[in-house]
Amino acid sequence: MAKRLFKVWRGNAEGGEFKEFEVQVDPGMVVLDVLHRIQTHDANDLALRWNCKAGKCGSCSMEINGKPRLACMTRMNSFSDTETITCQPMKTFPVIKDLVCDVSFNYEQNKRIPKFKPKPRDADGQYRMYQEDVDRVQEFRKCIECYLCQNVCHVLRDRDGREQQTFIGPRFMIRVASLEMHPLDTDDRIPELKKEYGSGMCNITRCCTEVCPEHIGITDNGIIPLKERVVDRFYDPVAIIGRKLLGRKVRTKTRAEEEGKK
Amino acid sequence: MSLDVNEIQTIEHDVLVIGAGGAGLRAAIACSAHKLNTGVLSKSLLGKAHTVMAEGGMAAAMGNVDSRDNWKVHFRDTMRGGKFLNVWRMAELHAKQAPERVRELEEWGAVFDRTKEGLISQRNFGGHRYPRLAHVGDRTGLELIRSLQDHGIHQGIDFHMEVTALEILKDGDRVAGVLAYRRETGRFVIYKCKAIIFATGGGGKAWPVTSNSWEYTGDGIAMAYDAGAELMDLEFTQFHPTGMVWPLSVRGILVTEGVRGDGGILKNNKGERFMFKYISERFAPETAATEEEANRWLAGDKTARRPPELLTRDEVARAITAEVKAGRGSPHGGVFLDIASRVPADVIRRKLPSMYHQFKELAEVDITKEPMEVGPTLHYFMGGIRVDADSQMSTVPGLFACGECGAGMHGANRLGGNSLSDLIVFGKLAGDGANDYIKGLGSPPKANNEQIATAVRRATEILNREKGTNPYILHEQLMETMSKGVGIVRVKEELETAVTELEKLKVDAQTMKAPGASQYNPGWHEALSMRSLLITSEAVTRSALMREESRGAHTRLDHPGESAEWVKYNVIVKKAADGNMEVEKRPKPEGHAALVAIANAKIEDLESGKVGADYQ
Repeated sequence: MAKRLFKVWRGNAEGGEFKEFEVQVDPGMVVLDVLHRIQTHDANDLALRWNCKAGKCGSCSMEINGKPRLACMTRMNSFSDTETITCQPMKTFPVIKDLVCDVSFNYEQNKRIPKFKPKPRDADGQYRMYQEDVDRVQEFRKCIECYLCQNVCHVLRDRDGREQQTFIGPRFMIRVASLEMHPLDTDDRIPELKKEYGSGMCNITRCCTEVCPEHIGITDNGIIPLKERVVDRFYDPVAIIGRKLLGRKVRTKTRAEEEGKK
Repeated sequence: MSLDVNEIQTIEHDVLVIGAGGAGLRAAIACSAHKLNTGVLSKSLLGKAHTVMAEGGMAAAMGNVDSRDNWKVHFRDTMRGGKFLNVWRMAELHAKQAPERVRELEEWGAVFDRTKEGLISQRNFGGHRYPRLAHVGDRTGLELIRSLQDHGIHQGIDFHMEVTALEILKDGDRVAGVLAYRRETGRFVIYKCKAIIFATGGGGKAWPVTSNSWEYTGDGIAMAYDAGAELMDLEFTQFHPTGMVWPLSVRGILVTEGVRGDGGILKNNKGERFMFKYISERFAPETAATEEEANRWLAGDKTARRPPELLTRDEVARAITAEVKAGRGSPHGGVFLDIASRVPADVIRRKLPSMYHQFKELAEVDITKEPMEVGPTLHYFMGGIRVDADSQMSTVPGLFACGECGAGMHGANRLGGNSLSDLIVFGKLAGDGANDYIKGLGSPPKANNEQIATAVRRATEILNREKGTNPYILHEQLMETMSKGVGIVRVKEELETAVTELEKLKVDAQTMKAPGASQYNPGWHEALSMRSLLITSEAVTRSALMREESRGAHTRLDHPGESAEWVKYNVIVKKAADGNMEVEKRPKPEGHAALVAIANAKIEDLESGKVGADYQ
């Protein structure tokens, strides 16, 4: 195969620019292979993240010709023969160096979500759940935490470094959904979802779903059902009157609010 | 130039876990449950460790799918798969404790595939007599690591991401901490601690065709060696029989054994299902003799025996190598793995979604329509740091090891599915062991500034040199050496050549140069990991040279067959007083008589209670 032209962003938090590399590309190569070739021969210190090389770990997220992709799953033959390939870091997170971003924001969001709280085991020490009841949760649990969905989320992209960040982003909406819809989980996360995680801020543009390399139905299967649960709890007059008549109480305050009251 | 060690950032923990895969996370959770101040270092971001790539499942004799299963059968399978070189006690602890560790994961949020009765489903795998692997499609490793991660972040554990450990700091004989550096900034950090748990994985990156990621550079093995710990069984490097072979850029990437567990078969270029020709004496009584019998087994006939595609990994890998050598291989030097003609397309997509995805995207092969091309790939180190079977402590006081970097559990060959269960069983035991050690510790250990300064200087020289060897090219040369001399089949002369070449590479490594600054500099990281790779490679090669027999994953063409003599010995590697590598043939401790009887029993005698009934 022929030599191909690559433009790779090089720099750090202070700034940087695209550098051009002409690289020999062999059949079957993916973009990550070419970047490794550049690293071996032309730029030993080219910073990038990768691990599994098979779309399972979500480390090599970057923007390739403007599209958020995993470099290990982007085949060279998906481009036309003469197309220049441009690689740059994800846009939503601060750059550390070259193609590596500071994604610690995402790890912070995960900590905001209380952990799984299962009901007790059956008398024989087992848990029973049926496949049809866990299919939906398993879809969410396919997430490889590549953060491409977080990268394209308008709400996160427009936060402009504001200190007060509420929306946890699509990845963590999916995490909440995987807990909310887990047959064994006993925790109630709806008040937090509305008041702390910012579920109302998502305006369902589906950009997150489009870029998901695991093809998780982030918006339709995760975020929208969660929004519906919030609506049922806080806004649905029929449900609210029904609960009043039956004398049923549901949580509308977050844990923080409850504790503040005490 | 003098270096002020006091200017280096210092962080203190009771216990420091190195590695954040399944074993490291499980160990850290155990430590935090003991109220220890626990830190975890990981070279990558949290949740990206190699565990995430494990596909097939974790072996635990829960008996959810076949009620005949129990710990004794699992133990017997493990010993036979390991060709009786396993540490008896470790194989016993593993088989006994794996079910509870798996159920605990469920309590922490893991969502395994279910049986019709709503229990954790279990699948067939090579070398396991009964369906035993708890799994989630073919992404079980992801489920394991994410469950531990999402639980672990709420346990008060400090995670130090993208930090690489360089050297164990010692106070006399015992450990006192670790010198490490942050990948992001290139700055050094001194971690002071009372105990260290290594969960650092193997060293597959010394070979060109491997399923391992860049992290697999044998760091733990090399650091432990440098600190005076004994290594064991390093000649046993598992070549997984089915890695991708085409395209070249994905060569080595794993194709789960689950494909065969769910009905996939191996064929050569004549269309022949060749595994029937390679059934060894040990497994013949429990393996199907004909295709007809194998098909009945797949259909669920409990009187039929298992297909030969599900023999242990060492046996299948050798068979594939033999077929390719005889000219019966596939176009790109592998053999065909066919599930398309055996299982309906929708079942394949449901049970093996990531295999379907992987082949479709990376090789443009639709595995529901055509066979895959597969061949052996370096996958796993059975050997590693020698540990006490119950506490997981190495021969260095305060240094513990669990998961792939520890030795003993798997003997000469690991069964598929026994790795993920190993991680959670021995991860927990290492945490418990570290706690016991710390409770019994007198005065806290103190790190030595001289040692720190020397290690920092050695690391920074690579950046400061005017010019020198390109670390990436050196790595390529190492892989060539190991691939030529220490491959799937070995012979004395080639191993000796490899030793000579390694000596030369060690000299070249003295003058490596990484251009650029220390901030997130992969060239520098590569150079620093070369040291670990070279120590690990040398230990593997010298051990392979010493063991003059063929057993499990170690095949010597000049010493065919298992020897009755060698099963009584382990090969131990240690740093001698003069700094050279010392290799020793050491008698292997005997197992409890009841365990020996169970492992050697006929399956009928074990299941009827004629053997082992009163041992619990």
